[in-house]
Amino acid sequence: MENNDYIKRPENLVYAKPRLLNDNNMHYCPGCSHGVVHRLVAEIIEEMGMEHTTIGIAPVGCAVFAYNYIDIDWIEAAHGRAPAVATAVKRLNPDRLVFTYQGDGDLAAIGTAETIHAANRGENITIIFINNGIYGMTGGQMAPTTLEGMATSTTPYGRRVDLNGYPLKITEILAQLPGTCYVTRQSVHTPASVRKTKQAIRKAFENSLAGKGTSVVEVVSTCNSGWKMSPAKANDWMVENMFPAYPPGDLKNE
Amino acid sequence: MAKAKGAVDINTERCKGCDLCVVACPVQVLELQPKEVNNRGYHFAFASNPQACIGCAACATVCPDGCITVYRLMAER
Repeated sequence: MENNDYIKRPENLVYAKPRLLNDNNMHYCPGCSHGVVHRLVAEIIEEMGMEHTTIGIAPVGCAVFAYNYIDIDWIEAAHGRAPAVATAVKRLNPDRLVFTYQGDGDLAAIGTAETIHAANRGENITIIFINNGIYGMTGGQMAPTTLEGMATSTTPYGRRVDLNGYPLKITEILAQLPGTCYVTRQSVHTPASVRKTKQAIRKAFENSLAGKGTSVVEVVSTCNSGWKMSPAKANDWMVENMFPAYPPGDLKNE
Repeated sequence: MAKAKGAVDINTERCKGCDLCVVACPVQVLELQPKEVNNRGYHFAFASNPQACIGCAACATVCPDGCITVYRLMAER
């Protein structure tokens, strides 16, 4: 067998794990989209040279331990209150890059008020919103973003709109507010979509630094454990079922 | 066009065997270990067909745990 170890030299390096993503093993399930988005955030902050001037706000949810994995300054907010904490941090430190990293249970359920009002005030923060349509951390209960007919542990026969209401499209709501400057929806299921998401997060960070208003990057994600599928099958299921309800693309770009 | 030759290094102890890199690879270089497991009990990914690698970094781009390091050499014709 041909040995290709001679290629493995520093001058031929194409891709390596970003330095800011430390060596702690992530607690996320195999194939979880959180890992990809963590890596992208670490890469972007490293490329922008902002590791000493970035403050992240961790949510409650699976990403509660984000501070264990990315070597920047973090604050852990109460459930749903990340945009409120980010508002305070950004107003006190206007030269810092401040972003929140939230899931759908955190941002679209308990934190709806904080999210909408922070966006409406046009705070110069970035909100990274991971939407997997489920409460992943607590065992896959129904979230506001759960699709119609989607089976979860609290809606085992599928979500019924007459009983549970309609899926909440919070990103569309945020796009209507004059305080937001950039609202986009992306995904991380293929190499191309990962690159697009990286560009979107980078643009959102640059908008925050330029003081243009609130930027929201929704990442339509998978929760293969909560959905009870293999990671690859969860990606296919997401394309088939999540994308019709949550189509990727820019909703607002000013 | 110059032909690219690539190589991947996989941090097998960090790998969780999620199979996403195997699906993403356009030239079927990677596979999950059928029997062996790492210290955490996962069937980790390995390069079963390293000669085919073109160094496109698709595997590293989708890897949720940042386990994969990619190298590429543009070969002379």
